[in-house]
Amino acid sequence: MVKFNSEYTYADVTPKSYWLNRRKLMMGGAGAVLASTFAGNVWGKAFPSPIASPYSTDQEPHSFEDITTYNNFYEFGTRKGDPANNAHNLTTEPWSVKIDGLCDNPGEYSVHELIEKYPIEERIYRLRCVEAWSMIVPWIGFELGKLIEDSIPSSNANYVAFETLVRPEEMIGQRSGFLDWPYREGLRMDEAMNPLTILSVGLYGDVMPKQNGAPIRLVVPWKYGFKSIKSIVRISFTEEMPPTTWNDQNPREYGFYSNVNPNVSHPRWSQASERVIGTGLFAKKIPTLMFNGYEEHVAHLYEGMDLAENY
Amino acid sequence: MAYSQQINGWLRKIPAWPLYFLLPIPGIYTFALALLNQLGPDPLYELIRTFGERGLQLIILTLLISPIRRWTGVSLLKYRRAIGLVSFYYICGHMLVWIAIDQGWNVNTIIEEIIKRPFITVGMFGFLTMFPLAVTSNNYSIRKLGALMWNKIHRLVYLAGAAGVIHYLLVVKAWPMEPIVYTVIVAVLLAIRLWWKINKKKKKPA
Repeated sequence: MVKFNSEYTYADVTPKSYWLNRRKLMMGGAGAVLASTFAGNVWGKAFPSPIASPYSTDQEPHSFEDITTYNNFYEFGTRKGDPANNAHNLTTEPWSVKIDGLCDNPGEYSVHELIEKYPIEERIYRLRCVEAWSMIVPWIGFELGKLIEDSIPSSNANYVAFETLVRPEEMIGQRSGFLDWPYREGLRMDEAMNPLTILSVGLYGDVMPKQNGAPIRLVVPWKYGFKSIKSIVRISFTEEMPPTTWNDQNPREYGFYSNVNPNVSHPRWSQASERVIGTGLFAKKIPTLMFNGYEEHVAHLYEGMDLAENY
Repeated sequence: MAYSQQINGWLRKIPAWPLYFLLPIPGIYTFALALLNQLGPDPLYELIRTFGERGLQLIILTLLISPIRRWTGVSLLKYRRAIGLVSFYYICGHMLVWIAIDQGWNVNTIIEEIIKRPFITVGMFGFLTMFPLAVTSNNYSIRKLGALMWNKIHRLVYLAGAAGVIHYLLVVKAWPMEPIVYTVIVAVLLAIRLWWKINKKKKKPA
């Protein structure tokens, strides 16, 4: 079993210049060579040997720099660089996640307990933001479904609701009321149980950077990024569809499902294509795939549903 | 008033023409960074946003010149044309990057986007209001049109400012600080004009 070791910091782990250089090298076409170097890396990381997953894409992940400097995490400000600048104030230790609502085995677990209890995998997923950009992230985490099974949800538990920490002293964005805090998200039970859905505790083999939703966040790769709620403190089982932050803020633009769907245009952004982050000013956009390319794993969840209506 | 006279005296020695070179420098710098891939992970969006924001800032600056003169006596009037024209260049850059790089000159989707997306519709409207301002920002036009007509045309800048901030409010998600701040500033500057107009009418004999 993989042990979590909080003594390590990023400085111990990977020389930053290496990550920074990597992007430049990739542009020179040396990406494949480097990728193989990475697979067998020898540095002391928090998760040195996560289980590889058949759900991972074989596409090249984005650089650590891209993934950690281009973030939507409004708790730390609304600009893409704000989380990287402001999230260092967040205290992530100790941290516990409360499981409650309609279930027979509620509880409160520290992130350490969860990491020890569940098999830690690497999941290299495509991430598609509703703002029509995308990147590829090598997440570290475990299947949410396993935690749900252990919580023994009641038969009338139809939905799973999630909540982010509220701590305005450390989360500067929460001092303004541009969203109704806490950030809330939700999934239908079958979506939450799908093996693609993970609780992620890290990326690039190490603990989760704070700007990416430390210490534990949801990743639902076939939905727009805002569904993948960050810095979770509470998971509840509910009978009714739970309220979700962006849906409350603007129900016409952000539906509860928010599946990636190139055929359903957003009032502000065409969803037919996406610009890939980190590919430069003149990079061509790529077509957006149905369910972000995870159609074979999730299309059955929505059989018979009108996806234009249930956007 | 003595101070303002003194400042105006100094200003007489400072010509307006260097502004045509100085004000575009931040934009050229940003564009260079984008070309060198030094503008972060998403240079396209960053470039579009920066050009738009700089354009809006300069429009606001042109709207500030009259109130400053009325309240402090300091006249920056001779710099207004340069500031206004450079604001137009920034908005042209803002639009051109969107048309050429973001949309790749695809006329059909560009037209579709303008019609379909309210923030683009409003933005395009704002650009169109700036066009007559830009082409008449020269002494020849003032002579040709007459001061009265020319002034009337140049009130279009109020529409441009309003369109600019509405465009900004519509493009962002939720309610972040910057567009709200710009909106409040433009609203105040336009309200001042309205106030002046009402007062002027009151003073006129019935």
